Amino acid sequence: MKPFTFTLRQEPPQRVDLSALTPDRLAGKSVSQIEEIEIGVTRISTKVGDLFKISEGDLKTLRYEGGSSRFDLLGTKLLPGFEIHVEGDVGAQCGRLAKGGKITIAGNAGPHVASGNLGADIEIKGDAGDFLAGPLAGELAGMAGGRVIVRGNAGARAGDRLRRGIIVIEGDTGEDAGARVIAGTIFVLGEAKGRIGYLNKRGSIVLARGGCFGPTYVDCGPQELTFTRFLARSLRDHSAVAAELLSCKLRRYGGDTAVYGKGEILTPD
Amino acid sequence: MPDIVRNGVRIDDNFAEAFPMSGTGILITAPNAKWARQAALTMTGFATSVIGCGCEAGIDCEVPPQETPDGRPGVRALLFAMSSKDAEKQLVNRLGQCVLTCPGSAVYSTVAGEFEIKVGDAVRQFGDKWQMSKVVDGRRYWRVPVMDGEFFCEGKVGLTKKSVGGGNLLIMGADWDKTMRATEAAVSAIDGVADAIAPFPGGIVRSGSKVGSQYKGMSASTNDAYCPTLRGVTKSALDADIGCVLEIVIDGLTDNAVREAMRAGLHAIIEMGPEQGAKRVGAGNYGGKLGPFHYHLKDLLP
Repeated sequence: MKPFTFTLRQEPPQRVDLSALTPDRLAGKSVSQIEEIEIGVTRISTKVGDLFKISEGDLKTLRYEGGSSRFDLLGTKLLPGFEIHVEGDVGAQCGRLAKGGKITIAGNAGPHVASGNLGADIEIKGDAGDFLAGPLAGELAGMAGGRVIVRGNAGARAGDRLRRGIIVIEGDTGEDAGARVIAGTIFVLGEAKGRIGYLNKRGSIVLARGGCFGPTYVDCGPQELTFTRFLARSLRDHSAVAAELLSCKLRRYGGDTAVYGKGEILTPD
Repeated sequence: MPDIVRNGVRIDDNFAEAFPMSGTGILITAPNAKWARQAALTMTGFATSVIGCGCEAGIDCEVPPQETPDGRPGVRALLFAMSSKDAEKQLVNRLGQCVLTCPGSAVYSTVAGEFEIKVGDAVRQFGDKWQMSKVVDGRRYWRVPVMDGEFFCEGKVGLTKKSVGGGNLLIMGADWDKTMRATEAAVSAIDGVADAIAPFPGGIVRSGSKVGSQYKGMSASTNDAYCPTLRGVTKSALDADIGCVLEIVIDGLTDNAVREAMRAGLHAIIEMGPEQGAKRVGAGNYGGKLGPFHYHLKDLLP
């Protein structure tokens, strides 16, 4: 069936909060009611109808024809079973607190993608901004479930305070990926800059090209783990590069021993 | 009763009476098929009858590497008990003592049931706080460090209360060799049926039992009506040409799995014919009032 489509008429005049535009919140509303929803974040009004031409369809899948770096909070609290596709860029906090479902961004994404994500499958075909899957200021934990795949590069502090779930960055990352990780799994398939896995408690960080992780990570030697074989198979359809990396023999560095020391960094031996 | 005859094999107009059970199971993988099978064999050992073993367990099938979650050879083992509590207790004990200890093993859920029981979530504590949890596609897995690397185990496995235990075939032949030949053919046909196991040694039981005993306190004793040495001195169910009786007991995750397993076994026996194999096939029941599942042999004929 045809997806429910928002076609962008013009670049938004201000940042817009798209958290109201998820399938469950649109259900039961008519097109004219949806067009009246206020999405501006300043005193100047911006309504859905000002920005988008709506064509009705199956609400299971929302499609945005055209995106903008001003599209904030897209797919907030998305529920399992629903999908959102954006043919363009998005702004900050895409997939914030999503409970499930699938979000695909054809362009780039701003900071805090998948912040507080609980179970959604998020794919960014371009680059992602800083604090990928990281917590907002004052929050104790970052992403707590689901899977985020960035085909391009990610900004600084990717996977900050990650608690659960899988992050795959197929390109490079900015400074300090995997800082303060609580648990979960992060892949960096390009270059990882800065200090990696700083104060990692029990998370797994898989690096295709190694990197700097300081003396508080201890070499545990090369390992053949059933877990990596299992994860490789589960990632095969989502990131072939990550799956291939997991099928290599990996050297395990245990750490960060500055904290619990129960986490690990895995790199090809 | 009037006998039905197929390919020279007499089929009793009788039925097997079976009971509801709680069924669960695990998929065990290992670096090679030998060790996957070893783990499953050890785990399903001493699990022939709920009366003395607490559960009935057996190997359902081997799973090729391309179909297992980690790409290693696997074996699917099923376990049945009278209650979900018993099934959980037995599975956790057997997992901890027989699978965790087996070199190279990993464990995954393989039964889609309406309930889930904790297995990895119980065994993880062996890791003495060095265990790591991983959630992949919404399912929790545990990585427990052990001396050959890591024991990888799914946190919870499925359990269904819609399982059926006690499907059976009584295979009667002229002598031990011929009866065994027919029974073995039936067991290998049953092996090919998914979701069903034959828990006795090699799938076969020679000491079929009746309810009650002349001794006080014994709930079951030898089925004298089917003992060839007692033909004449007891009220025997055996004809003059029967010299040996073997039984196959079948447990299945579903009513249909038990029916199909019985059908497969019966067809294999009939196909072999009375010269090479069995002369007669019967089924055991308790009059039909105890178990809700009845499998009539005449409905399963080719």
